[in-house]
Amino acid sequence: MRHRSAVVVSIAVIGALSISACGSRGEKKSGDGNAGATTVTIGVDAPLTGDLSALGLGIRNSVELAVKQANEKNEVPGVKFEIKALDDTGKPAPGQQNATQLVADKNVIGVVGPLNSSVAQSMQQIFNDANLVQISPANTGVALSQGEKWASGDKARPFKSYFRTATTDAVQGPFAAQFLAKDAKKTKVFLIDDQKTYGAGLAATFKGEFVKQGGTIVGEEHVNPDDRDFAAVVTKVKSSGAEAVYYGGEYPAAGPLSLQLKDAGLTIPLMGGDGIQSGDFIKLNPKSAGDYATAVGLPVEALPTAAKFIADYKTAGYKDAYETYGGYSYDSGWAIIEAVKNVVKDNGGKLPSNPRAKVVEAVQKVSFDGVTGKVSFDEFGDTTNKQLTVYTVKDGKWAVEKSGTFSG
Amino acid sequence: MHDLPQQLANGLILGALYGLVAIGYTMVYGIVQLINFAHGEIVMVGGFGALTAYLALPGGTTLWLALPLMLIAGILVSTLTAVAAERFAYRPLRTAPRLAPLITAIGLSIVLQQLVFSFYPDAKKARVFPKIPGDPFELGSVTVQRSDIFLIIAAPLCMLALGWFVTRTRSGRAMQATSQDPDTAKLMGIDTDRIIVMAFAIGAAFAAVAAVAYGLRSGQIDFRMGFLLGLKAFTAAVLGGIGNIYGAMLGGVALGLAEALATGYIQHLPGMHLFGGGAWKDVWAFVLLILVLLVRPQGLLGERVADRA
Repeated sequence: MRHRSAVVVSIAVIGALSISACGSRGEKKSGDGNAGATTVTIGVDAPLTGDLSALGLGIRNSVELAVKQANEKNEVPGVKFEIKALDDTGKPAPGQQNATQLVADKNVIGVVGPLNSSVAQSMQQIFNDANLVQISPANTGVALSQGEKWASGDKARPFKSYFRTATTDAVQGPFAAQFLAKDAKKTKVFLIDDQKTYGAGLAATFKGEFVKQGGTIVGEEHVNPDDRDFAAVVTKVKSSGAEAVYYGGEYPAAGPLSLQLKDAGLTIPLMGGDGIQSGDFIKLNPKSAGDYATAVGLPVEALPTAAKFIADYKTAGYKDAYETYGGYSYDSGWAIIEAVKNVVKDNGGKLPSNPRAKVVEAVQKVSFDGVTGKVSFDEFGDTTNKQLTVYTVKDGKWAVEKSGTFSG
Repeated sequence: MHDLPQQLANGLILGALYGLVAIGYTMVYGIVQLINFAHGEIVMVGGFGALTAYLALPGGTTLWLALPLMLIAGILVSTLTAVAAERFAYRPLRTAPRLAPLITAIGLSIVLQQLVFSFYPDAKKARVFPKIPGDPFELGSVTVQRSDIFLIIAAPLCMLALGWFVTRTRSGRAMQATSQDPDTAKLMGIDTDRIIVMAFAIGAAFAAVAAVAYGLRSGQIDFRMGFLLGLKAFTAAVLGGIGNIYGAMLGGVALGLAEALATGYIQHLPGMHLFGGGAWKDVWAFVLLILVLLVRPQGLLGERVADRA
């Protein structure tokens, strides 16, 4: 019997662990006052643990800050906001479970997230069926808002509940290509991607524009997102004679990749998208000086509208930085709050009994000045803000290299 | 093909890493017929042990001084974890059907991951691991990283020490005897429990060396690093003939070479341009495993043994 009980115990332990791993970590309630007010919840879905948690925690905290301030200012009379943050660990399957969970919670009136385009793909249908608005502060995969055939010019919005405050890879990849070809004067680039929705899409849009600019792609490689050993790929880059590497993917792999390139004696920069523009990229890669990354929008630090956000974030005392998407998350949160405000106004000062569909319509029409610039959405649910910035690593920090608006 | 020497070197170095981890699978399997799927996590905790030692040292300590201390700390943590696992997770199940300890091993691997994940500071993200500073060495057309030199020296050294231990010492011979027939060995006065603990401990010590090598190579460790590494090393152990110590190293090297060459060249073979490159290297590694198992089911160096009556 002793043996059998050992098995039972071990199975129970595995079960308990996997349940706790799926469950919601870091759920936080915020704000008080407004006694007697209707409470509505803004859901947040982001990787709160795992490789990408630096970005995910920045997203959660920024939305929480938006909610806290809306409550303090009594932005929508009679409505009190709170957030419900769920952890998708950066993977589609938990993201889908979270989406179901958020839809089932009748108090949830809108969702900010997720970080990853591949996760968004698994959630869109669920939110759309429930008429629940979803605003991603970070997804850049083009197909999410413009349909699978966007590249051939046949654009069609698949889900009317999906919005984003980040610009797309249709803009980000080509912007990087123009920068490398025109400003950095590179003619030969080695292209590497991690095969995820985001990374592969970014690499593909980069390639199109770089070739158009007269550059040559001297080699292409695909790696697995969990790889940390790139010796074989680095050898190929070295013998290809590339002047730069463009990487479609995120910092957990990009950090060691760039480091191993430089360790192998290559003095060429690695460039990537907003997925590598994180402080952790520099932490994981002591030789990152001179590497480039594009990110959507203007640097939050440079925008006058953002100074207050940065100060407030500091005052709130969050342990984790707001990171690349903090401003966009804050604006996403506010877009939902604004929409709720308009819905309440149109309904004679109180929330309608089934507000979700109304909020989707209201988000489509929002227009206000956020910390990242003007916040409004076009007919695909994409942000109307098409500004981008190239950053480079200088003195152990991301420094602005060039900002601009992408033009075809 | 002018980068062939470099790719061969890449493969050998990666293979040595797999081989070091594979030793742990092979030794435990050779003696108790248990596939210790938690071995990858033994590697991982060793890495965190070494990192802790590094962080505890005063800043500015040279790596030449830090590295031995990191190794000792890593080996200590790995070995203690493995011995505790043997005592509390595997020994109670030693007479149970073969499936039970296998399930426990998988459970243990999750437990160890979650413990590090939950309790090691900032382990939710990748942690920076020190690298050996300095420029790489050029040997002809081959570039060798300073961090890899650690592995190039450590792997053969570990192998030689293990070979000497198994063939020349009393404990080593007792280990061979136990591996051949534990019941008879016990009748001959061998303390088989002690021998089994020793097999776990030696495997874990090698795992810690591998963890330090992994950290030095990639400049980071994280709580999930053991999973893929463990799976690859298990493949290497089976490839070389599970239960055979030299087979583990040979299997590791074969696997490392297969990955490097697949990444480098398969793409350029006629009709194969879709199946090459870094994304497919794991696929080719497992294709190699299947091929070897089809042609030589006992693995490269394994012996065909009759089932014990």
